[in-house]
Amino acid sequence: MSFLISFVTDVLAVPAVLLGLAAFVGLIAAKKSTSEVISGTLKSVLGFVILGAGAGVLVGALNNMGPLLEAGFGVKGVVPNNEAITAIAQKTLGSQTALIMIFGFLANILFARITPFKYIFLTGHHTFYMAALLSATLGTAGLEGWILIATGSLILGGLMVLMPALVSPYMDQVTGSSDIALGHFGTLGYWLSGTVGKLIGNKEDSLEKYQFPKSLSFFRDSLLSTSIVMLLIFLICAIAAGNEATLKLSGGQNMIVFSLLQALTFAGGVAVVLYGVRMILGEIVPAFKGISDKIVPNAKPALDCPITFPYAPTSVLVGFIVSFLGGVISMLIMGLVGLTVIVPGLIPHFFVGGTAGVIGNATGGKRGAIAGSFLNGILISFGAAFLLPTLGALGFQNTTYGDADFQVVGIIAGGVGNAMKGSAFGIAGVLLGLLAAVLIVGSLTNKSGKAGAAKKAA
Amino acid sequence: MKILAVCGMGLGSSLLLRMQIEAALKELGVTDFSVEVADISTAKAIDADLIVTSPQFAPMLTGKVPVITIINYVNKQEMRQKMGAAFGVLEGGGSV
Repeated sequence: MSFLISFVTDVLAVPAVLLGLAAFVGLIAAKKSTSEVISGTLKSVLGFVILGAGAGVLVGALNNMGPLLEAGFGVKGVVPNNEAITAIAQKTLGSQTALIMIFGFLANILFARITPFKYIFLTGHHTFYMAALLSATLGTAGLEGWILIATGSLILGGLMVLMPALVSPYMDQVTGSSDIALGHFGTLGYWLSGTVGKLIGNKEDSLEKYQFPKSLSFFRDSLLSTSIVMLLIFLICAIAAGNEATLKLSGGQNMIVFSLLQALTFAGGVAVVLYGVRMILGEIVPAFKGISDKIVPNAKPALDCPITFPYAPTSVLVGFIVSFLGGVISMLIMGLVGLTVIVPGLIPHFFVGGTAGVIGNATGGKRGAIAGSFLNGILISFGAAFLLPTLGALGFQNTTYGDADFQVVGIIAGGVGNAMKGSAFGIAGVLLGLLAAVLIVGSLTNKSGKAGAAKKAA
Repeated sequence: MKILAVCGMGLGSSLLLRMQIEAALKELGVTDFSVEVADISTAKAIDADLIVTSPQFAPMLTGKVPVITIINYVNKQEMRQKMGAAFGVLEGGGSV
């Protein structure tokens, strides 16, 4: 009997096994063959284990970067990287994250079914990262157990339909159709960019009249560009800190060799994390899509942001560069003011900045793209800074979330948590009340939903 | 036939590609295939018979393996037509 209890407890406590169980149930419900059930279940568990291994690798490099930055510039610094912070969060919050993610998927289907926001959020890794964020901020606020899981999953499911809905008019302008929605948690930045473009831009003056040289396309290779940027960061910090200080940290290893190895260790860790996440998603997302196809068949798929890139490749690159510039300027301001410095994260500025550029260009041409992505760059830099305290102990890990929605949701959840410390039900009540209000008001004022329904009736 | 779907991080777009490829091939009645997903960094190290990706990555993947470029990831017709051509299967037995 005690064996059974320990089995159940450990299944729930070990996220790898928990996710495997969810995959197992999902695959059986989907009537897959025995070999598919076994392979799918094992792969989900394996993916989580690999993810954990990657976390170990990159934490080592991050732990060397922090002191080096401090020795060099006298400031505490943080490099936002969603993969890194999520992998780190897994170590203490793995089960909560897994449960919030699983129930978040179900909440998405529920909301798509009962509200006019018929979107199915298929960007699995963002669902995963948001689940980790929610478990971290709500956990720091004092929620635990089923309240944590319930609050987290409802908020997650709500976000999964609300964010695509928020930018759907802009997204339709980008793609020239209304078949696809944007499912990416940088939406607040995109909405900002699209709105700025609409207000001050000129749609006809599109950036796509110009073409970028092909030699810059290597930036799309994220591991390569992460390696290069981390190498530059390490080298600059090492030079600023001076040879003596660096040798102390490196245990006597040459400054340049040390920088190279640490930078590539970080990138290597990210690569391993990505491999693990990929393996998990490969099993979970198709199952999710299969279930949602049955329950909400007319839902629009909300997809990963690179979906927008083929429509405006020049805007992607311009958006990235301008957003990154916004990040650098923000960093300098933070340094001057004495805040923890947010070193511009390459991956967030590329994906979020690039998409902001595409959307800004669609609504406001050249001016929209540039103004929109610049503002986006500033948003995700200060957003990261203000997010740090709400992550609690996780905030001191030298890395954090780089995309706008993670930051804003974290700040709101953290803010409410702080204001109502000790009252778990109160916090849950306020946050869920907010969610319900947005859903209800949004449903009542939703023009696109009504237009869609009218089209179907016609 | 081993197919490799490639995108930037190997997470979002390539997984979507994989689901679309599987759906399209199922409709065409093709069963002898497997689809793997990869990011652009590791794609070249993986053995495959066919690569499917977006226009931005196609130039980086040229080599001995044929590359199919998909522009609209949710356009079922484009996917069906291009996969059909690759497998030598014509849709509905009519014109492509």
